[in-house]
Amino acid sequence: MTIIRPKIKLLDEEHQVEILQEAKDILKSQGIFLENQEVIELFEQNGINRDGNQFYIPSDVIDKCLKCAPNKITLYDREGKESLTLQKDEIHYDPGSAAIFILDENSGEIREAVSKDFIRFSKIVGHLEHIEAQSTAIVYQDIPKEAQDWHRLYIALSNCYKPIVTGTFRKESFSIMREILLTCRRSEDDLARKPLAIFDACPSPPLKWSDLTTQSVIDAARSMIPSEFVSMPLAGASAPVSLIGCITQHCAESLAGVVIAQLSKKGAPVIWGGSPAILDMRRGTTPMGAIETMMIDIGDVEMGKYLNLPTHAYMSLSDSKVPDGQAGFEAGMGALLAGLVGVNMISGPGMLDFESTQSVEKLLIDNQIIGMVKRLLKGITDHGTPFASEILKDYNETEELLSHPSTLNLFKKEFFFPSLIVDRMNRNEWNALGSKSIRKRARKEAIKLEKKPHNNPINETLQKELDKIASEGLKK
Amino acid sequence: MSLDDINLEISEAIVNLNKEKAINLAKKAVSENLNLVEVIEKGFGKGLERIGDLWNEGEFFLPELMVGGTIMQDALNILLPHLKQTTDTFTKGKVVIATIEGDIHSIGKTIVGTMLSANGFEVYDLGADVPVDKIINEAIEKDVDIIGVSALLSSTMIGQKKLIEILEKKNLRDKFKVILGGAPVTQGWSEDCGADGYAPSAIEAINLVKSLIN
Repeated sequence: MTIIRPKIKLLDEEHQVEILQEAKDILKSQGIFLENQEVIELFEQNGINRDGNQFYIPSDVIDKCLKCAPNKITLYDREGKESLTLQKDEIHYDPGSAAIFILDENSGEIREAVSKDFIRFSKIVGHLEHIEAQSTAIVYQDIPKEAQDWHRLYIALSNCYKPIVTGTFRKESFSIMREILLTCRRSEDDLARKPLAIFDACPSPPLKWSDLTTQSVIDAARSMIPSEFVSMPLAGASAPVSLIGCITQHCAESLAGVVIAQLSKKGAPVIWGGSPAILDMRRGTTPMGAIETMMIDIGDVEMGKYLNLPTHAYMSLSDSKVPDGQAGFEAGMGALLAGLVGVNMISGPGMLDFESTQSVEKLLIDNQIIGMVKRLLKGITDHGTPFASEILKDYNETEELLSHPSTLNLFKKEFFFPSLIVDRMNRNEWNALGSKSIRKRARKEAIKLEKKPHNNPINETLQKELDKIASEGLKK
Repeated sequence: MSLDDINLEISEAIVNLNKEKAINLAKKAVSENLNLVEVIEKGFGKGLERIGDLWNEGEFFLPELMVGGTIMQDALNILLPHLKQTTDTFTKGKVVIATIEGDIHSIGKTIVGTMLSANGFEVYDLGADVPVDKIINEAIEKDVDIIGVSALLSSTMIGQKKLIEILEKKNLRDKFKVILGGAPVTQGWSEDCGADGYAPSAIEAINLVKSLIN
């Protein structure tokens, strides 16, 4: 029996109440900017007042919509097998999405990606035991810009069976992406019952929902596909510099997302997500590895939990350009804090350089970090008393405990076994194996995984159907 | 008060980010009929230069840089109308900037605009979600030297390329320098588009504009 699930908290209930109230007041008095024609009509039908593109959402509408949003989302894999559930403090990780570069392991340089990078990436994600979801992680350049969103979904599902976090870059792309998802299910109802994908939708700070992202929420809601709101206030630039101000703004932007989704379709699954950041006041960059960025994430997620909604955050990223010590400590802190707060979907593994770059080496290292985080969250187990005294009596007889029955019985339950990329060698062995850093060992591991057959490969019929949709899509 | 004294006070007021004092000194310079070109260059300009140095040295941060820039803008608004004959020679160049159509992210573009105008450029900031045709028409009408286009989304970046293609079609490409900005924009994309340059930060954007004008 686990004694306690390790947990951290940055907000108390008094402040959660205050933040929620202020966020609702912001939506009521300052309003939200909307430009999508469908949502404008929807808001008007629901009697929401407007002044131009600014819509003032009354608190009772927000409360009603919050009541309709489900507090649990179960995702299913490509083949329709139950895969993971987003609820309470359950945690799951997926690689950070939509990197426009890849860190080339051979040249050591960051470069623009091509489709074969993403094919390889997706296949490797299929082999990673601690990362339960995949994502359309890399934007590659060897297909037309118009296909850059949906084509990734096609490549990802062709090469990895795991449920997926994705999103549109163009309004027109939703239909082909839905078609791709439907190919993996028996019917529209089947897709609604067994969601395979989450669609990210990013409001623009402060307090704006663009045409594209609003449309994505509406379209996803109507198909009962989960939408993940990725509100991204930038503390000190497009959001208040105070962490609590940022959390309040995030809350208002996300509440507007809940209203858009629920007015589109009552009961539509939504995820309270985010990718906030502080602005680095020296460089003007958006450090995802900053501790304050992670603190805003935690506050945002605590608000989502307060509202009893499934949660998401962009954590376990690094701003380093290579998988070095900085990448290790930033990703390690992010993954650990996200685990401790109980973020249901944690996007970020593999990412470097302010969400711009994916690295297979880092992804493999992060997979190990996540394995350790999950071990931590299992906590300390009470196996029954006495805890030690009887075993210690036995030690006196054998002068070792390796062969003790309790050791054999429990060691695999009590210890996490990292892969060989984590250095636990003695120095002689390490020297004998070429004195390699974790980065080099991860590179070697990547080559091994790349050569392994696909984990849970796609069946031929489904692959042909997906190929057909993709080839027709590219002709358009 | 001598010109040198007032310039020293102005530059100190700028470095101390004392807006009220800087503005009062600008008004005083006008009422006392001082050489305003010198006040701008040796007073305000010197102060701004010092802020830039402090930023380079790691002593100042972006909020201080921005506040310094806005004080400079406010001071120029007071001083420039009294310099009518010399305005054209004083202005370092004209820039129109906008976030491209379909993209409502404006923060980076706004920072660049403020810093450019603080550095003596005449800036026409058209805001966010601006159609390509509007940007081009404005550039023609204001007879600018440089068009700066920002895009935050990989989905809207295509508009940057479209702008250059339209300029080419209209035989206007040689009339303007076109520079690109925004998080997903790279040197490679800038070259693909046939732009004259891109900058990854506000400070580098200022340097880019200065180098293109020169």
